[in-house]
Amino acid sequence: MPEQLLWAAEAMMNGLMAGVLYALVALGFVLIFKASGVFNYAQGVMALFAALTLVGIMDGQVPFAHLINAVFGTEIHHFGWHVPAILAIFLTGVVMVGLAIFIERFVLRHLVNQPDIILFMATIGLAYFMEGVGDLMWGSEIKTLDVGLPQGISETIDEATYNWFGYGFFIDRLDIVATIIAALLVASLTIFSQYSKQGRALRAVADDHQAALSVGISLRFIWVLVWSIAGFVALVAGMMWGAKSGVQFSLSLIALKALPVLMLGGFTSIPGAIVGGLIIGVGEKLFEFSIGPLVGGATENWFAYVLALVFLVFRPQGLFGEKIIERV
Amino acid sequence: MLYREAGDFKTTYVEDGQTFPIKFDRIAYYILLAVAFGVVPFIINDYWANAVLVPFLIYAVAAIGLNILVGYAGQVSLGTGGFMAVGAYACYKLMTSFPEVSILIHVVLAGVITAAVGVLFGLPSLRIKGFYLAVATLAAQFFLVWLFNKVPWFYNYSASGQISAPERTVFGIEVTGANTDAWAKYLVCLIFVTACAWLARNLTRGTTGRTWMAIRDMDIAAEIIGVNPLKAKLTAFAVSSFFVGIAGALFFAVYLGSVEVGEVFGINKSFLVLFMIIIGGLGSIFGSFAGAAFMVLMPVLLKNILVGGLGWPTDIAAHFELVIVGGLIVVFLILEPHGLAQLWRVAKEKLRLWPFPH
Repeated sequence: MPEQLLWAAEAMMNGLMAGVLYALVALGFVLIFKASGVFNYAQGVMALFAALTLVGIMDGQVPFAHLINAVFGTEIHHFGWHVPAILAIFLTGVVMVGLAIFIERFVLRHLVNQPDIILFMATIGLAYFMEGVGDLMWGSEIKTLDVGLPQGISETIDEATYNWFGYGFFIDRLDIVATIIAALLVASLTIFSQYSKQGRALRAVADDHQAALSVGISLRFIWVLVWSIAGFVALVAGMMWGAKSGVQFSLSLIALKALPVLMLGGFTSIPGAIVGGLIIGVGEKLFEFSIGPLVGGATENWFAYVLALVFLVFRPQGLFGEKIIERV
Repeated sequence: MLYREAGDFKTTYVEDGQTFPIKFDRIAYYILLAVAFGVVPFIINDYWANAVLVPFLIYAVAAIGLNILVGYAGQVSLGTGGFMAVGAYACYKLMTSFPEVSILIHVVLAGVITAAVGVLFGLPSLRIKGFYLAVATLAAQFFLVWLFNKVPWFYNYSASGQISAPERTVFGIEVTGANTDAWAKYLVCLIFVTACAWLARNLTRGTTGRTWMAIRDMDIAAEIIGVNPLKAKLTAFAVSSFFVGIAGALFFAVYLGSVEVGEVFGINKSFLVLFMIIIGGLGSIFGSFAGAAFMVLMPVLLKNILVGGLGWPTDIAAHFELVIVGGLIVVFLILEPHGLAQLWRVAKEKLRLWPFPH
């Protein structure tokens, strides 16, 4: 096989893996959008917040240490213990549920029946708020997250492909793990929403708020539930991205990566988020690989958006979105 | 007691349809203009010009522009930063290519170029609606910033990749470059703000503005009563981008002097201007000013209190600022989703009836 083709294939494989990570973030968006009609810009910051909290708990940092030191002139930094990864993940999950209750109680409850744009702006405000709180709580320096996920090049695939094609593919083991975890997550979410009582309630709310209310489903509980699930998805996404590139502010920008994924897949479709993520991941890598060198590189910043834009002109509701029916 | 419409009889349609139907408002408006043009330039100093007044005026222009698109025509856009960058780079290229032409003309031309780019990116709005459109405008944001970063022609092949404004004068007075006086910067911006606000106000209350509002309220219904959606949406994008482009040109040439596109015109700028119009009030020219004032003043105030007053380290103060800004936005949206303009309206209604509310 010609070398060019092999490189393209490798870029494509890496794109698929990156697409899975995009899909993970997009999934959080879709869940919230479906259940509460809120376009949650804060999803990326939630991932950052979750990752920061996870690192903070694992290292036994004192929350708000900087602030306390500045106000009271003390010198505290760490509790001096290390929490095992499993327990820390569980505790972070509890924090995310707390966050969901907080958001429902203090933000969403007061914004019922407002236009979509107001809710969207509120989540941007929320994003700023959480970013500030996260930095104040755990400090803003770049942290490394090590929850025991495998890292580095996968030798098995390297060897196997070398034996087949005479050229070893470079694929990060973390990406493979991320793919498996994402698949598990999606499968369990599907099972949850198809077969459990709460899951059915969730789908009912997604279909029609008022009808759901009239058969006795508590909207508030569903909102807390769905924001908790989104928080949990954010935790998983934050863990993966954090392990890949360190826990830092740029983590929150993955929200911007997930937006074109959403547009492409449709805001209301879980399979859409996955397929859209894969298309964008692969397209982006292949474009950078083939056209990027001609125009000066760094096309990854905008390619996804332009692709989604062009696509939407032909199909305004995205790949799997519900058909938009307009009446006067 | 002064704020009355009783006894103020209108005898012509022109009088009836004027912007400030109440005499008190009219007089207040003229006094405000007189103070802004006649008094402030003599007492302004560098700190007030650079930290408060000049950014406020420039953001007001940008906010008016975005308000036309979002508030009047109902097309949500997150590409403001990118369009401001177009204005800035157009102004820079014009300034360096035609040094003999007046900078004022360059700023207006930069607006025209931005309007053309705006129309181009507005084309998808004919097919895409709502949040899909909002996200689609992000394509403009990222693509334009990338373009200005990567194509050396735009920054005249300078080594740093930055653009910096050469020194230009208006009537012999320097208005761009490092040695500009505070009052000159202020006056240039003020002239543009006044002209833009006047233009915007008169556009929005005429036929153009009404077609925009018809499209905003329900585009299919508007189409049925004979509004051409193609024309309405594209003019909204053009006019809006024109103002945003002027704001970008002023921001670069008069306010900052030199610009690195990714830092100055990034996505945060888009959100900032969007916050201004939401907090100020959608579909209101006054709201654009109020929102711009709010978003410019609040960080200055917070910084003065936290760093100057309490003596906290700047990084903690910066994080705290994020928390407060974010929290305030949420609180504001909950308490008054129609923005400062609505508060102003309610206050005026109350004033008319005061002191006998029944």
